[in-house]
Amino acid sequence: MQSEGSPGALQGGESEDSKSLVATGDWTLAHYATLCGEVERWRGAEALELDQVLRLDTAGVVLFARLLGVERLSVVADSDTSLSAERRALLRTVCDALAKVAQQPVARETSALADCLARIGQGVQQHLQNLVGLLGFIGLTLAIGAQVVWRPRRWRINALMSQIQNTGLNALPIVALLTFMIGAVVAFLGATVLEAFGASVYTVDLVAYSFMREFGVLLAAILVAGRTASAFTAQIGSMKVNEEIDALRVQGFDPAEWLILPRVLALLITLPLLAFVGLLSGLLGGGLVALLALEVPLGRIIAIYRDVPLQHFLVGMGKAPVFAFLIAVIGCREGFRVGGSAESVGQHTTSSVVQSIFVVILVDALAALFFMEMGW
Amino acid sequence: MSEPSERPATLEEAIIQVRGLQNRFGDHVVHDQLDLDVMRGEILGVVGGSGSGKSVLLRSIVGLLKPSGGEVRMLGERLDQLSERQRVLLETRCGVLFQQGALFSSLTVTQNVALPLSEHLKLPRADAEHLAEVKLALVGLPPHAGKLSPSELSGGMIKRAALARALALDPDILFLDEPTAGLDPIGAAAFDQLLLTLRNAFGLTVFLVTHDLDTLYTACDRIAVLSDKRVLVADTLSVVEQTDDEWIRDYFHGPRGRSAQSAAHSAREA
Repeated sequence: MQSEGSPGALQGGESEDSKSLVATGDWTLAHYATLCGEVERWRGAEALELDQVLRLDTAGVVLFARLLGVERLSVVADSDTSLSAERRALLRTVCDALAKVAQQPVARETSALADCLARIGQGVQQHLQNLVGLLGFIGLTLAIGAQVVWRPRRWRINALMSQIQNTGLNALPIVALLTFMIGAVVAFLGATVLEAFGASVYTVDLVAYSFMREFGVLLAAILVAGRTASAFTAQIGSMKVNEEIDALRVQGFDPAEWLILPRVLALLITLPLLAFVGLLSGLLGGGLVALLALEVPLGRIIAIYRDVPLQHFLVGMGKAPVFAFLIAVIGCREGFRVGGSAESVGQHTTSSVVQSIFVVILVDALAALFFMEMGW
Repeated sequence: MSEPSERPATLEEAIIQVRGLQNRFGDHVVHDQLDLDVMRGEILGVVGGSGSGKSVLLRSIVGLLKPSGGEVRMLGERLDQLSERQRVLLETRCGVLFQQGALFSSLTVTQNVALPLSEHLKLPRADAEHLAEVKLALVGLPPHAGKLSPSELSGGMIKRAALARALALDPDILFLDEPTAGLDPIGAAAFDQLLLTLRNAFGLTVFLVTHDLDTLYTACDRIAVLSDKRVLVADTLSVVEQTDDEWIRDYFHGPRGRSAQSAAHSAREA
């Protein structure tokens, strides 16, 4: 790319009607826009003299070819002895390349409506495929799990322990802190609404029931989905980019057994524990607000917590393993779907977080309906 | 057309001048008082043992690495003394082919080549992609390769696509870091021929870091040997071969050197 020099131009030759032109000046990339206009003006030329061209590069040759056609230009390259050897070599080389590609830059034809419909169709199809793929992956995980569970020698205890530490222990403070604060928020909310009915004492019941049935496990699951599903996808995805998964496979190791099972098992163990911790600290947060701001006596709070029927606790905690399994499977599957590029790792990490949070909330909503109908 | 001796006669202008270059990383000195000239229109092969600082030299010339001492002039200008605008202008006159290709993995091959065209020259997208397709054809890639993403290319195709990107702006100087490493001998020989064709057509100056003896014998006009933190000798192949130095003797007169030499001679006779 050179910026100096004057842009090239075309002039008619000696006789007006012979359609023969003389090219002058610089025919380089830097003047591309000007030269394009010049070429448009002289469309349909049949002969061209190039010996007055000062600088010439690929872009210039491409434009000459647009003016004359590749065949005529290669004849010029072969026969015009007034040109230097280097310039003819340039013309020759670019003409050879041009013969292999389409002549004109093709402007894309698009219609907004067709595009829109196509995108909707693509999206629906992708989601259906995604769902089928996810079901297949769940099946694969269960099958491998069933094979391995009878053979303790194939349990990857070290990997399992390190996953438990990463996904469970390290997530404990944030889960506890967050549910504590939400517990306090729910208590304040309850106090504000129930005060109008003179029933602010039921604030404690609100906190107790909501955390035991829903919030303890739901908040823990959403946090784990954001924190751990993304980590699973990124870990497995970068292994895939580095061909580490292929390396495992050719050495006769089953990547599913080495990578998926420890992660799924770890989450199956840690999410119920995290949910339980979340439940406790939510109750603590709500209780503290009731005690300090609403001045409910401590004995009363404890009595309310104690009198919540056990079934509510079981309904809440029973969902934790289901969430754990779904989150882990989605995280791992997105990792395996990563293609060869860095961008793909990012895309699938995002997708794994979105999918797992979506699935957690969807399943929770369905479960709430089901339990309500069952009267549990 | 591929004889190295057929280079144009307008050579004797140093397009890159390196004077007293020093590079150190902590206590480790890679270059010390290194001088090197690259002449316009030549293909200069840079060789040296592993860790002799070939890639570091390339990186300090193109400005990716700030040298600890000395100066580098490219086209008569010092990169470190230019304003941002002039620097970009000068950089657009160099093309660099990195060892692993370094194609942007989120773009297709055609978009990779079209990117500098549309960004630096503000060409409309259709024009930029058309020029990019011409460049891809120039380096010998089949038309369908342009729509692939870099991860779908073979090693040889990656090198060619990266070369097309380096050539996108019709640069004056081309820097190649081990272009034939990892290619099969046929692919490597084809790459050497391609390099000569392009040099002759575009009047390129080529700075070529390589380990490939065949490339040295078929494509290079001059060879610079890096050893002991500086350029030991930079001259035509026959002069370099005769230099009295242990490393050079092992390199050019070892078993691989001898076979490359005889292959080159028989090719020339035929």
